[in-house]
Amino acid sequence: MRSLSTIDLIAFATGLQYTLLLVLMALAFGAPFGLFLALLRTANMAVLRWASALFLQVVQAVPLLALLMFFYFGLPVFLGIQIPALAAVTVAFTIYTAVFLGEIWRGGIEAVKQTQWEAAASLGISRWQQFRYVIAPQAFKIALPATVGFLVQLIKGTSLAAVVGFIELTRAGQLASAATFQPLLVYSVVAAIYFAICFPLTLWSRNLETRLNGSR
Amino acid sequence: MALVEINNVHKSFGAVEVLKDVSLSVEEGEIVTIIGRSGSGKSTLLRCINALEPINSGRITIEGQQVAAGMRNLKELRQRVGIVFQAFNLFPHLKVERNITLAPTLTGRVSKREARALALECLTKVGLAEKIDAFPEQLSGGQQQRVAIARCLAMRPHLMLFDEVTSALDPELVGEVLKVMEDMARQGMTMILVTHEMNFARNVASKIVFMHQGRVWEEGPPSKLFTNPQTPELKAFIGSTRHN
Repeated sequence: MRSLSTIDLIAFATGLQYTLLLVLMALAFGAPFGLFLALLRTANMAVLRWASALFLQVVQAVPLLALLMFFYFGLPVFLGIQIPALAAVTVAFTIYTAVFLGEIWRGGIEAVKQTQWEAAASLGISRWQQFRYVIAPQAFKIALPATVGFLVQLIKGTSLAAVVGFIELTRAGQLASAATFQPLLVYSVVAAIYFAICFPLTLWSRNLETRLNGSR
Repeated sequence: MALVEINNVHKSFGAVEVLKDVSLSVEEGEIVTIIGRSGSGKSTLLRCINALEPINSGRITIEGQQVAAGMRNLKELRQRVGIVFQAFNLFPHLKVERNITLAPTLTGRVSKREARALALECLTKVGLAEKIDAFPEQLSGGQQQRVAIARCLAMRPHLMLFDEVTSALDPELVGEVLKVMEDMARQGMTMILVTHEMNFARNVASKIVFMHQGRVWEEGPPSKLFTNPQTPELKAFIGSTRHN
C-alpha cells in the first residue's frame, strides 16, 4: 500500500487526456452523423423520416453501457475479430452522440417556422441552400444551449468506457484507488476534475439560453 | 399568349375542396386583384401559381411552361415569379442587404461584388436605401414588407404575387406599402394580388376576380364589377366592405 502521489496525478492527467480524446472523437464523428439524422428526420420524404425515427428510437432505448458492451464484447463474437478498445468505445460514443445531437438539432430545425422554408423556396434556391443559409443558422442558435448541455452529459458518459478497460479518467481513478486503498480521496479528486470541466460548460449553456432566447 | 394560364384547377386539403374548377388568364402587364371572403380560396390559388401548394388536377402554365410541384425547372420558374407574404417572412438572422442578395448570389445572377449595388438599387425602389445594414427586427412592419418586396425585385421577376401583404400591418403603415405596389404597377410589372384593400383594387387593378366558395364567381374590369355586380354574392361582398 502507498499513499496518493504525483504518479497518480500524472496518471489522472493521462486519463483525462483520453477522456477528452473520446469526447473529441465522439463529436468529430457523431456530430456530422447527427446532422445527417436530423436532416432525415425533417426530410420531405416520409420514408426517410420513418426510417430515421425508427433508428433513433431503437438506439435511444439502449443504455449507453449496453452499447459499449455490444461493440467491445459482442461484436468480436459475431465477427470473430478482436476490436481495439479505442475503436469500440469510439463507435459506441459516436452513435450515442449522433442520436442525441440528431434529436436536439431536429428540435432546432423544427422550431424554425415553416414559412422560412417557404420564403426561401419561393426565391428559387435549392432545398440544400434553403437549409444551409436560412434554416440552419436559426436552428443552430435555438439548439446551441441544449447542444452544450449534451456535451456535459457526454463528458460524464465517457466514464462508462472504464468498464471495458479503456483507461480514461475514471479508470485511472479505479487503478489509483486499488493501489492506494484510499477510494474516498481518489474519487473525490476524480470528481473534482469532472466538476472543473463540466461546471463552466453548464454555466455557459445556461448563459446562452438566457441570452439567445432574450434576443428572439 | 397569356403570361399566366390557369385551366380547370382543383385543389383539396384533405376532404375539403378549396379550389373548384378555377380558370383564369393573366396577360403581361396586367394587375389582377383577387377579392373575396376569407376561406374563398384566393390565397390558395395564389400559392398554387408558384407551386407552394400542389394542385390536384387542372393545369397552370407560366410563360408557356407548365407548373408542377415536382417539376425539374421549379427553381428556375420561382426565380421568375416573386411572392410577397402577409407575414413578410424576412430572414431574421440576416441583414437587409443579405436578405435581398442571398438568392441572387446563390443562383449566380450577380457576383458577390455586384451584390451590394443590386441591394441598394432594389431598396431605392421601395424607398429604404438607408436601411441596407439594418436587421429586420429593427424595422417597422411596413418597412419589413417593403424589404420583402425589394427581395423579390432583386430576382428581376416577370410576375409578382402579393398575398394579403397589408393585412398584418398597422393601419398607418398600409399606405407606404401600397404606394410601392402602385409604383411597380405603373412601371408595367405583371401582378396578381389578393387583398382586402378595395380602394387599391378599384384604382390600380386592370382586372378584378371575385372568388366565392372556391370558384371564380365573377371577373372583369373594376369599373364594371364594382358598379354593376351581376351576382347577389358579389353585391353582398361589396356592401360588406363599403364601410372600410
